Amino acid sequence: MIAELGLAALWLAAALALLQCVLAGLGLTQSRDDLLSGVRPVAVCQALLCALAFLCLILLFLRSDMSVLLVAMNSHSAKPWLYKFAGAWGNHEGSMLLWVTVMGVAGAGVALLERTLKRDTHMATLGAQALISLGFYAFLLFSSNPFERLAPPAADGQGLNPLLQDPGLAFHPPTLYFGYVGLSVAFSFAVGALVTRTVDAAFARAMRPWVLTAWVMLTIGIVAGSYWAYYELGWGGWWFWDPVENASLMPWLAATALLHSVTVLATRDALRAWTVMLAVIAFSMSMVGTFLVRSGILTSVHAFAVDPERGSFILALLAIYIGGALALFGARVGTVREGKQFEAMSRETWLVVNNLLLTVILGVVLIGTLYPLMTEAFGHKVSVGPPYFNRIAGPLALMLMLAMMAGPLTRWRRDKPGLVAERLIWPALAMAGIAAALGVASWGKIGLLPFLGLVVAGGVALGSIVPLGKRNLRRTPLFVWGMVIAHMGCAVSLAGMAADSAFTTEKLAAMKPGDNVEAAGWSVTFSSVAPVAGENWSAMQADMIAQRGGAEALLNPQNRFFSDPPTTTTESAILTRWDGQLYIVLGDALDDGRWQVRIWWKPFVTLIWLGGLMIAAGGVLTIIGRERRGWLLKLRKIHAGDWG
Amino acid sequence: MAAEVAENSCGGLGLMGRILLWLPLALFAALALFFASGLLRPDERVITSKLVGKPLPAFELPQAASDRPPLSSAEFAKGKPRMLNIFASWCVPCAAESSQLLALEKAGVPIDAIAIRDAREDVDAFLARWGNPYDHIGLDARSSVQIALGSSGVPETFIVDGQGRIVHQHIGDIRAEDVPKLIAIWKGAQ
Repeated sequence: MIAELGLAALWLAAALALLQCVLAGLGLTQSRDDLLSGVRPVAVCQALLCALAFLCLILLFLRSDMSVLLVAMNSHSAKPWLYKFAGAWGNHEGSMLLWVTVMGVAGAGVALLERTLKRDTHMATLGAQALISLGFYAFLLFSSNPFERLAPPAADGQGLNPLLQDPGLAFHPPTLYFGYVGLSVAFSFAVGALVTRTVDAAFARAMRPWVLTAWVMLTIGIVAGSYWAYYELGWGGWWFWDPVENASLMPWLAATALLHSVTVLATRDALRAWTVMLAVIAFSMSMVGTFLVRSGILTSVHAFAVDPERGSFILALLAIYIGGALALFGARVGTVREGKQFEAMSRETWLVVNNLLLTVILGVVLIGTLYPLMTEAFGHKVSVGPPYFNRIAGPLALMLMLAMMAGPLTRWRRDKPGLVAERLIWPALAMAGIAAALGVASWGKIGLLPFLGLVVAGGVALGSIVPLGKRNLRRTPLFVWGMVIAHMGCAVSLAGMAADSAFTTEKLAAMKPGDNVEAAGWSVTFSSVAPVAGENWSAMQADMIAQRGGAEALLNPQNRFFSDPPTTTTESAILTRWDGQLYIVLGDALDDGRWQVRIWWKPFVTLIWLGGLMIAAGGVLTIIGRERRGWLLKLRKIHAGDWG
Repeated sequence: MAAEVAENSCGGLGLMGRILLWLPLALFAALALFFASGLLRPDERVITSKLVGKPLPAFELPQAASDRPPLSSAEFAKGKPRMLNIFASWCVPCAAESSQLLALEKAGVPIDAIAIRDAREDVDAFLARWGNPYDHIGLDARSSVQIALGSSGVPETFIVDGQGRIVHQHIGDIRAEDVPKLIAIWKGAQ
């Protein structure tokens, strides 16, 4: 029954999305207010129905209803409830249902909360949002039905990939999706503004909170995904330039550029066409990423159910939506009035530099991701790995960081180069100091890129607080704090990345109980190994005692065996100290009673994710700071029952 | 670059400016065509074992089923080509291919098997339910032989000639249409 209810809700939601498009389209072309007044309620109902369908799927997973094909393929009755719950989106069909649910909820948010946008643009935006949803509803209903029944029902399910049986999975994909798919709102705003020819500062102010929210979610999702890969895969790395990772990084790069250019448009009414372009690109990158990882056109360590028919379907959606939006851009943006001009030395210029660098990095990542595909067309099989990405994107990212240091210290519209240089003097001195100290201490021992990374990180960390220097801290607006914290987060994260790649110590040893290994000031003793059992796994667990300077800690790395499906995973043990992490992986048993053990000491590696969270926190502060007053007004209006 | 171009082109639009506005669409169209050609290209990413043409790795496995003897690699060097099926009682496609294996056995192909990460009572129950086309069955409790064979999953089927050399690897379940092809390869290995 629940499956049928879910399917019915999904069909109804799709029908409402169609209705939403028709109402908005006819209403705008024929200037019919009666039609337009229906758009917002329909958007809300569509979101509710879609959320109901998603809820039904979660229920089916929680109840382990093996008469539903998707549950039988991806779940198992012996799984802990959290992974039954998370299993609902740990597969292709479920995650696409989450996709349309997020699109619907974001659309309902725009319908309910957006008050500053001109009515016609608002309606066109909601129409565009529904039009995009419609394509993904069709995709779900015609080629990825999550509610398909299995007759006769399976005795039990095939289980969920054990790598995904981790608390991180319960939260990482939904957060990532809210960001990834939330960017559809920016896309719809851009389409709406092009349709009604209203690309201006008011439009940018209306779009900004939506872009920021999606960007914050995307940032948290990427940070969480990176940490999950770090501790769960047991490879000691935190970013692998895998196509699926790149698929989430590319929209993030575009969204980061967009949230800076939208600020230029909102504050100075400049960069109109470019902002619209970025809004289109950001969500386009989300869709291209989805296509790349779902169609099987690229091979990736992330195993998604891959199906060429689905690939063709998504490609058709890409062609319609991205092609349509870019055609609209070509036809309409020429009629958008020219924005305001600015001088060569101004904050606008730095933000243009930011946008260009981010766009180039985006291009580098896109080309690197697609390169294996291009050479395969000519008969060569290659894979593009970290050396390419690090060597090309790394220096560009450092240049971006330098621009980030200078931008906030430069005035809008026009500034004197001499004054800007004067404000940069402390960060510049800090960079020179760090470079000198590092050069003396470890010249020739660390690579050029990590060296520059540490230098720039120090400069940016100091530079990011300089804008607070002449302010009364109590009266500093929240959005300035947001920017300072986010920029500081970039420096913190960069410092972590550079320290990890410059100073990590790795030891590979074959140890038997009683053995001892020294690594980077730590003394690690393998005291014993014994079997342990969990709810749906059993494991060999080692007791490792790590000692440094008299203090002792117990680490328990595991070699874990899951029975449904039968898989072995390594559960790394991580000991966090203020100056880094000790990371131990228990490998396979050797025939002579010894075990393969890998030990890493990673100085300051935690800064990578701490910085990432600071970036997200900065975004949250900015949203609150910019929108607080608006929210209060909106809430009051909603309470007064005003829908108009 | 693009920013300035877009800004400048918004005022008095020159021919260049107009063309530039359509450039993103043109680039995207090229990308979409490229994707489409990638989808249409026949999928050549069939994984073949590096061991095809090489000798079978040496192994000696314990008994996996109550009424079949255990399996060692020596079985494949006795002069007659044999088939080696890698399966598991917990594997659904393995049950799906059971009737094809029975058909191969009927056609005279001797088949041995390795049960992956399995237990004897489960293997017995599986064979009782789906039929038993095997002469010898070895138990590979930790997938070590499976890994030595370069096999990535279950089910997989190898054809080994009488000198212990791997002639063919079939990945995934054997469909009805694969049966004649496999018989031909087995005959060719005589």
